[in-house]
Amino acid sequence: MSKLDSKIPEGPVAQKWTNYKNHINLVNPANKRNIDIIIVGTGLAGGSAAATLAEQGYNVKTFCYQDSPRRAHSIAAQGGINAAKNYMGDGDSTYRLFYDTVKGGDYRSREANVHRLAEVSANIIDQCVAQGVPLARDYGGLLDNRSFGGTLVSRTFYAKGQTGQQLLLGAYSAMNRQIARGKIQMFNRHEMMDVVIVNGKARGIIARNMITGEIERHSAHAVVIASGGYGNVYYLSTNAMGSNGSAAWKAHKKGAFFANPCFTQIHPTCIPRSGDYQSKLTLMSESLRNDGRIWVPKKIEDAKAIQQGKLKPIQIAEEDRDYYLERRYPSFGNLAPRDISSRAAKERCDAGYGVNATGEAVYLDFATAINRYGKEKALILGIQSPTKEKIIELGEKVIEEKYGNLFQMYEKIVDQNPYKTPMMIYPATHYTMGGLWVDYNLMTTVPGLYCIGEANFSDHGANRLGASALMQGLADGYFVLPYTIGDYLAPDIKTGPIPTNSTEFDEAEKAIKEKLTFFINNKGEHSVDYYHKKLGKIMWDKVGMGRTVKSLEEAIVEIQQVRDEFWKNVKVPGQMNELNPELEKATRVADFMELAELFAKDALNRNESCGGHFREDFQTEDGEALRDDVNYAYVAAWEYTGKPSEAILHKEELKFEELEFKTRSYK
Amino acid sequence: MNMNLTLKVWRQKNAQDKGKMVEYKVTNISDHMSFLEMLDVLNEDLVNKNEEPVAFDHDCREGICGMCSLHINGEAHGPDRGVTTCQLHMRMFKDGQTIYIEPWRAKALPVIKDLIVDRSALERIQHAGGYISVNTSGNTQDANAILIRKSDADKAMDAASCIGCGACVATCKNSSAMLFVAAKVSQFSYLPQGQIERKERVMNMVEQMDKEGFGNCTNTGACEVECPKGISLEFIARMNREYFGAKIVSEK
Repeated sequence: MSKLDSKIPEGPVAQKWTNYKNHINLVNPANKRNIDIIIVGTGLAGGSAAATLAEQGYNVKTFCYQDSPRRAHSIAAQGGINAAKNYMGDGDSTYRLFYDTVKGGDYRSREANVHRLAEVSANIIDQCVAQGVPLARDYGGLLDNRSFGGTLVSRTFYAKGQTGQQLLLGAYSAMNRQIARGKIQMFNRHEMMDVVIVNGKARGIIARNMITGEIERHSAHAVVIASGGYGNVYYLSTNAMGSNGSAAWKAHKKGAFFANPCFTQIHPTCIPRSGDYQSKLTLMSESLRNDGRIWVPKKIEDAKAIQQGKLKPIQIAEEDRDYYLERRYPSFGNLAPRDISSRAAKERCDAGYGVNATGEAVYLDFATAINRYGKEKALILGIQSPTKEKIIELGEKVIEEKYGNLFQMYEKIVDQNPYKTPMMIYPATHYTMGGLWVDYNLMTTVPGLYCIGEANFSDHGANRLGASALMQGLADGYFVLPYTIGDYLAPDIKTGPIPTNSTEFDEAEKAIKEKLTFFINNKGEHSVDYYHKKLGKIMWDKVGMGRTVKSLEEAIVEIQQVRDEFWKNVKVPGQMNELNPELEKATRVADFMELAELFAKDALNRNESCGGHFREDFQTEDGEALRDDVNYAYVAAWEYTGKPSEAILHKEELKFEELEFKTRSYK
Repeated sequence: MNMNLTLKVWRQKNAQDKGKMVEYKVTNISDHMSFLEMLDVLNEDLVNKNEEPVAFDHDCREGICGMCSLHINGEAHGPDRGVTTCQLHMRMFKDGQTIYIEPWRAKALPVIKDLIVDRSALERIQHAGGYISVNTSGNTQDANAILIRKSDADKAMDAASCIGCGACVATCKNSSAMLFVAAKVSQFSYLPQGQIERKERVMNMVEQMDKEGFGNCTNTGACEVECPKGISLEFIARMNREYFGAKIVSEK
């Protein structure tokens, strides 16, 4: 008998959430004052949860490693946020968003959770507008929408190319209101070092004040992990430099099961890497695929000439270009989902058609769109038979209005003008669908320990659709957790404050101090980054876009070796009791070293290809993913037993009551 | 092309320490590198030599989180325009050049260590009124029930694109935070949702700004030049109008 109880409510999928809310326990407003909640991470999920829980009356403490919640990496989301508003009248509905998300996730997500997400999506937009988030409008004053990958409707709301920033500032402003009233206490520049479990319940955390180095104890009646994904296990990713998997991994080591670690999203449109010194990869928003066409040369000799710098893309004739997404997936074309677009790019580059010096890049070309928009604009302005130059000039203006900041960002990094020459892009690690296992209440397998946003596994299955991360973060924080956590906390109203002088706190603090002391005293040979880069290379080469039994088995051995070397030979300068970025990195990389192994182990266990997990030994004749619904329609939830290699697998069978399994086709 | 550079970097152990400029050499720097990647190279070098690396703030490295700072050769976010330090590329520098790297300098933004400063004064201004008092119940009116002129929505967005990095303060000879505060005040003042608390908001935020020890605005315009997000000086004028308008009818 599995230890996993997903606690999915009874009844038809469309009524589960409503029924659930009608029957849960509530905490009376006066009693909420007696309850403390800790939230680790203040991005869209953590920030919105903090604001709502504080509004309701709970005492909230938030923790983030940045100097302000406004800097969490949700801020970097560019393109938009999905919501089933059907403002465009193009046939969208809650059901369609639900269906697209389950299908997009390759039938590896939990139906009930996804339906709830689709249901509350419309409220998010109402809420954000009420908070003063400046979402894009059209001339009639109504909200504008655009399209994202994997859907046939326009349901994506946006604020220029800065949607994540504006939504996060919205959540932060809601937090501000509560901070002013003393309902939220912020602990910025603080890093969670461990979760403290007392009598089987999560009752607090140990945190490090990153300025003074002081180790602090904080207690609460429940702890919420909202610390984002673990994409930096690859070293290079589109995540922020500080993004890490440590809070989730610490929770895992304290008993929370870790689900589907191998489901990682490689985003198709990032700026290609330029050298070994590279510290991160920059995303170019998926929204660009609304207007950009992706291609490589048709002829191998043209590709070679481009790689050697002898030919320029604009010199390649139209008939000599291979718009491979349009060719392979005619109905979705350049808006094929991320996993499929990334693999298609890799396939072309592996075949030798890549277009920069490293051979690892494809073109994203706006010339067609510039021409089309230019002609439209000329018509609107009443310009009779405009010249070619005039059309381009007008078209470039339209593109600038839509994507100006992205084009500027590209030009600053690559030093090429993307209005005049196609952008070069290549896939990069972007998002992790896997994360801590949670039940319908968003509670992990540890009572009182919740996990929301990217840090949990629940809604995106094996692949996340564009503009759905912001939706999930805010749905969890504003509209789901505030209900579900009350049901758990209802019996805690008479508990009183949780003391921090218990043996559980003593032990947790002691273990952390020992570990930090170890790093400072180790005086090894190489920096933390040296080992992180090594780990990242193993992950990218062997647990990346295409995985095989051989590559995964090798990866597991190599990860263990790097981990051993790291512990023996890492060097951390400076002291514990001061601001020490190298020490911060060391504790995070130590966790990545373990998480990476579980990641590879999970990938090896899953003998199928689905979403972001592509096993080269499981593909169709034309190179599409071959899913195995008979044997692998389950969530792989791993229990920690002391070593990642000895983690125990628990399976949550995925039952689809509303939808039936279909081969995921975008052709 | 690869470069060799001389760096003069501000080193300060902690808030109490006096601090000083220290010279370092970096070699073989590619012009494709970002400025912070160049500092990574320096730090890797220092770690290998058993010296303490230079502490600097950074996170997203794509110009949006507002975490990075740095005065580079006397300019906030360095010599390029419309970028943060993390988006600054080494192609803006020449082989053999000497680069001075300092933290933001302002009374209200004290140094924590090396190049890292404490920006919590900016946060406290936000707490004083940088919000619209609406509960996150999900039961607000439909988003399209509030019509907003496109030009107003666009202006609000322009103001809202502030990333709170503090370059405006650092570059101002008076260490004024007016551009930062004006951006927030203006965003809400352009939107119908912001009208109800419009007067209290500007008064409270300005009051907090003064309490934090930021200087006044003398319309020099340096902030606008150095702002990585191109926040316009117009917003300061708008905030002044908002403030005087509120003050005249104030019941306080």
